[in-house]
Amino acid sequence: MKIEISKEDFNKSLHRLGDEYRIYAPVAMAYKGTFSDTDSIRYKEINTLDEIEFNLKSHFSPKEVILPITQVLFYFTEDQYKEPETEKKKLLVFLRACDIHAVKRMDQIYLENGQRDPYYQEVRDTVKFVLIGCEKSYRNCFCVSMGTNKTEDYSLGIKPVGDQVLLDIKDEELNAYFFGEEKDFEMNYVTSNDIKVLIPEPHQIAKDIAEAPLWREYDERCVACGKCNFVCSTCTCFRMQDIFYKDNENNGERRRVWASCQVDGYTDMAGGHSFRKRHGDRMRYKVLHKVYDYNKRFGYHMCVGCGRCDDACPQYISFSTCVNKLHDLGKEER
Amino acid sequence: MDINTKKVTKNAYRITKQRYKTALRVRVPGGRLKAEYLEILQKIADEYGDGDLHLTTRQGFEITGIDMDKIDEVNAIIQPVIEGLEINQINPNTGYTAAGTRNICACIGNRVCPKAQYETSGFAKRIEQAIFPNDFHVKVALTGCPNDCIKVRMHDFGIIGMTLPQYDKQRCVSCGRCVEKCTKLSTGALTMENYKVTREHDKCIGCGECVLNCPTNAWTRNEEKFYRLAIMGRTGKKNPRLAEDFILWIDEDSIIKIIKNTYDYIGEYIDRSLPKEHIGYIVDRTGFIEYKKWALKDVELSPMAKVASNIYWGGIRY
Repeated sequence: MKIEISKEDFNKSLHRLGDEYRIYAPVAMAYKGTFSDTDSIRYKEINTLDEIEFNLKSHFSPKEVILPITQVLFYFTEDQYKEPETEKKKLLVFLRACDIHAVKRMDQIYLENGQRDPYYQEVRDTVKFVLIGCEKSYRNCFCVSMGTNKTEDYSLGIKPVGDQVLLDIKDEELNAYFFGEEKDFEMNYVTSNDIKVLIPEPHQIAKDIAEAPLWREYDERCVACGKCNFVCSTCTCFRMQDIFYKDNENNGERRRVWASCQVDGYTDMAGGHSFRKRHGDRMRYKVLHKVYDYNKRFGYHMCVGCGRCDDACPQYISFSTCVNKLHDLGKEER
Repeated sequence: MDINTKKVTKNAYRITKQRYKTALRVRVPGGRLKAEYLEILQKIADEYGDGDLHLTTRQGFEITGIDMDKIDEVNAIIQPVIEGLEINQINPNTGYTAAGTRNICACIGNRVCPKAQYETSGFAKRIEQAIFPNDFHVKVALTGCPNDCIKVRMHDFGIIGMTLPQYDKQRCVSCGRCVEKCTKLSTGALTMENYKVTREHDKCIGCGECVLNCPTNAWTRNEEKFYRLAIMGRTGKKNPRLAEDFILWIDEDSIIKIIKNTYDYIGEYIDRSLPKEHIGYIVDRTGFIEYKKWALKDVELSPMAKVASNIYWGGIRY
């Protein structure tokens, strides 16, 4: 059902939803940016519409709401262990079309790639998505190239217009919260981006692509900070950490923490071996995973074209430029 | 020609080696000005001077080769620059009201530089407003971070930006980048323990490298601005030396109050037998403890602030 509701009434509904849901949305957090006196736009629990940053792309993706950066899997002591209590409230997350497509990628990895991950499943079962339409394409976005510019996969679509809010309620449950006049409207979505990405067909990726000189420029340019992975809405890697408490080392906890294929240590193995020491090799691994390997396994590309990796790179390395170079290389070799 | 040289120098004109020629020092607090004012400086240089502009060490301009009898005319032409840069002035069209308290210098600050913790030019202008015009010889400089590009430690008051890093351990992915940067570029205040980072506050100089290099926003800045106030650095004949830390983690208002208090102290203790006495030498004479008593009068420091109990300056002694 599509309705129009005043901001005030919307906030009242949000307040009522707050009894059952933790509500997360992108928020411009003042002074929290990388540089002094700059904002960090990232996901935060909110209570009212005005807290939400609708006009800018968030620096970090909503994945951190569903997949915590640090998650304790269990506490242990000698021969016993206990999983942490889980949050009783459900989740309502405001996000854009590309990010909803990214959730499908997370589901693929955590739920449909062998054994289901119970920690992820538990959170995922409680999440409802609120689509923020995109009035315009942002810098570095290439969602149209990736086919992620549009989605129907949401519980609620939201379009704030002045003091009014237009809502596209798709989830029956939410009908009980929002009351307004019926009004037809279309959710915004972008139909074209400044950046266009051409992805090589699998057969255009040469067997010896790892040897291509293309990667070598990244040996020097990339500083292996991992920002591209941490802001990515589709990266799902984690590492395990066993902590033994200082006061009593018979007690401790096992955590899982986000990992980055660009950061030192990612490929460390028993015996001190590690692979992909050159940063360009790590870049190759990441790029090919996003637009080749994943596709080969699951039939669609991993990357959703949000462009956050390009937004974040301190060295101005552009993922989309690299994919286009890869495409050109494929053409040459044919 | 009959001219009162004391009035000339107080008016920010110089007695030069070339008789009957002077040079005007144009102060630019914070080292930032609208480019349009350069047209006025050019006009003075071309029509009254020798066509040159000298860039001073204190981020001002010196217009050289001006005839001494043209001072009044030049003062009228420079008026829009004085007003545009919001320089306190007693009478319009009379040029600069004093020259003793020097231009407040600043590095480019956080309008441009990623490392800077604050907007240096803005703070410089606030200080300028508070202490100019004044005949006492005091040099103030501001720098955005402990890299100290403006070299505040060669000034009477050196203000260095500090940030108080906030750590959200839930956001930390143990990549170790902050620890590496802090160790290699800064003071080694961070250590990794149980995959999370510990910060040793007494070692931390608030440079913000941890924040700058954190890929997950686990390290962020505090909303409050903090500064390191280093005092009584100087060049010069008697005992050139670097400024020493007076107060760490001090706030902006307290710095301004301390600088203003210092003028009262100078008024009490300056050696009036000299044409001018530089603040640092007065402190040498009275001792730091007496200076500190005056400087901190009615200053309400936050509990964060750490005040030096005593200061022993080094430097070159002849």
